[in-house]
Amino acid sequence: MSQAFTTLCDYLRRTSGLVMEPSKQYLVESRVMPIVRRERLSGLEELVQLLQRGQSPKLAKDVVEAMTINETYFFRDKTPFDQFRSTMLPALLAARQNEKRLRIWSAAASTGQEAYSLAMIIDEFASRMPGWKVEIVATDLADTVLDKARKGVYSQFEVQRGLPTPMLLRHFNQMGESWQISDHIRSKVTFRQLNLLSDFDILGRFDVIYCRNVLIYFDTARKADILGRMTRSLAPDGYITLGASESLIGLKTDLVAHPEQRGVFMRAASTPKPMENAARMAPPMAAPSAPAPITLPPGFGTSQIAAARLRTAG
Amino acid sequence: MKKALVVDDSAFIRKIARQILEKMDFEVTEGKDGAHALEQCETELPDLVLLDWNMPVMSGLDFLYSLRKMPGGDAPQVVFCTTENTREKILTALEAGATEYIMKPFDQEIVRTKLEQIGMV
Repeated sequence: MSQAFTTLCDYLRRTSGLVMEPSKQYLVESRVMPIVRRERLSGLEELVQLLQRGQSPKLAKDVVEAMTINETYFFRDKTPFDQFRSTMLPALLAARQNEKRLRIWSAAASTGQEAYSLAMIIDEFASRMPGWKVEIVATDLADTVLDKARKGVYSQFEVQRGLPTPMLLRHFNQMGESWQISDHIRSKVTFRQLNLLSDFDILGRFDVIYCRNVLIYFDTARKADILGRMTRSLAPDGYITLGASESLIGLKTDLVAHPEQRGVFMRAASTPKPMENAARMAPPMAAPSAPAPITLPPGFGTSQIAAARLRTAG
Repeated sequence: MKKALVVDDSAFIRKIARQILEKMDFEVTEGKDGAHALEQCETELPDLVLLDWNMPVMSGLDFLYSLRKMPGGDAPQVVFCTTENTREKILTALEAGATEYIMKPFDQEIVRTKLEQIGMV
């Protein structure tokens, strides 16, 4: 492990709370070397020296952003979105019938696919949500990814990873080789720049928080701090979803694991008991059916029904 | 072990697709055009067909129409894997009975997530 790498890791930890293990040396170098080449520096050592001098805030920002930008795709890992569709959303629709308001936070939103995936699921429930106000707030540290997220334009590669084809056709407009998410879905999401280490009380209270695969970059103390503040931003019966491999072991928080949904956490006083509280835990259900069925010739399958509806919708 | 039939007139594409699918524990056979693939289906229907569109002798679309008319032909999941990338073509494929659609170029992650969506992995 080189001295430059060690010094860089120490710098990242001090300034942004990011913890990079020695095993991540290749990852770190692959992310920062493009900056070294762009700035025509002699190598990682010179980059580290410049960062330590503190004379280039832009360079520091670029390095931190390079380390925090993570690849994402639509409906990544699938299960967290199945959980949103089958458990969280039905429970919240029942619980919020009077106020008809829902707020969702996609923390570490990167290029926006997670937030837009949640918006597409909410759209499936539209017929059950007349008059509802749904707000999805999506935040990230890096301005560059937020710019892309706001535009909602994705490459052919990006719209194929994780996104079912009927959803592509329903929610995207083709622009040459690229695809842009529809105004209808894009309007449901607000993107803003945010460092999770800073105060985020201003964002308000949320019913659902997605914070997947970002806390792994922080040390235990910062992880506990962020989760503690997120818990205070969470409605009493709200949900926090972390990455599948993340746990709260070793952390002092007021969160407990949902008894039946892996990766989902709730405030300790709110956790439903398995199969005992039917009102809190709306039983898993399939996505609501799409518009009224249309009569089709025998032999038509599900994909054909989807295609026929898409043709009708135009 | 699930059976996959890769249908493409490019031996290179068939090789790449085979490697990807074998990593996902599929037993893979190959068809070099729609007619060749149909012959194989008449012997044994696969669980999954990864299907190119533009091929000599018989196109992927014509293969699909014929497959769906065969006894038991509704069963295989058919995923188009083609350079045809317009909305119109995608709709045509779904209407013909395709389960999913991949636009070339593709990578392992695209194949994996598409197959995950249709319950094949």
